Amino acid sequence: MSAGPRVGIVLISHSDALAREAVALVVGIAGDGVAVAPAGGTDDGLLGTSVDKVAAAIVRVDQGAGVVLIPDLGSSVLTARLLEEPGSVVIADVPFVEGAIGAAVAAGTGASLRAVLDAAEDARVYRKL
Amino acid sequence: MDAAFFTAWIDEIARAVTAGRERLTRLDAAIGDADHGANLDRGFTAVREALAAKPPATPGAVLTLAGTTLIRKVGGASGPLYGTALRQMGAALGSAPEVTAGELAAALEAGVAGVRKLGGAEEGDKTMVDALAPAARALTAAVAGGLKDGEALAAARAAAEEGARTAVPLQARKGRASYLGERSAGHEDPGAASTVLILTALHTTATR
Repeated sequence: MSAGPRVGIVLISHSDALAREAVALVVGIAGDGVAVAPAGGTDDGLLGTSVDKVAAAIVRVDQGAGVVLIPDLGSSVLTARLLEEPGSVVIADVPFVEGAIGAAVAAGTGASLRAVLDAAEDARVYRKL
Repeated sequence: MDAAFFTAWIDEIARAVTAGRERLTRLDAAIGDADHGANLDRGFTAVREALAAKPPATPGAVLTLAGTTLIRKVGGASGPLYGTALRQMGAALGSAPEVTAGELAAALEAGVAGVRKLGGAEEGDKTMVDALAPAARALTAAVAGGLKDGEALAAARAAAEEGARTAVPLQARKGRASYLGERSAGHEDPGAASTVLILTALHTTATR
């Protein structure tokens, strides 16, 4: 385990409740040493995406080692793309839950931004059966 | 065309989106999630308020503020997409106090490029790009052909309408409608329909 800054993770969903519960699940599996924050729903709590919520979540989890954004679909993806910063804030194109867990477990070991992104993307080919 | 013209365009878009809200919602209910009318209405109402609260001095500043407000207020995919289009247009127009139709055409082309890059959609994917890209091409060609501003913007509007019509029989390959696969064919794309409203508003603003 590295004691240095960890890669942060933001889970972006159309649903505020889904994003929060996904964070709870991820912390339950990967441990509470992982910097992971939810950014779900619009500013008034409806289904959709808020660029302000996502931007605030990035700031909250950024320890200086980079941030991985994991969007669900549609406007979550487009909003994430607006906030991308090559080399520091990157998007994982992965299944929402499986990708989040893969990324969080890797981030918890102190892995680099590139390694956390790769771990998330492993979820695309991970077979359940 | 000055800041007042572009502010009037945004006002006309807001009026047209409010008037067309139920139709956009109906189109989106058929192949999407039925929020396009409400999202755009909320977005452009917020844009109108932002412009009224602090009127920008240049066309570029009007469009940049409009785009930023859409991105922050819409909550659906149309916010980042139209917001990016307007911000790219604003950046292309720079800080000039007045712009020509030729400069507007170049800005619209930049807006289309921004939408394509962000959403990854090409013409034929049954999205707003099917109306937006032909409109930009038509405006560029009309200006190059020496048409007057009103006529050039009429050509852009007609191209958007034709593009939206051409996309009706297509199967969606991008956006929420793409989850429907072949069941999306035969429906008008709500994004293409709202692009027609926006281009129609531009023509209306220039000719009244």
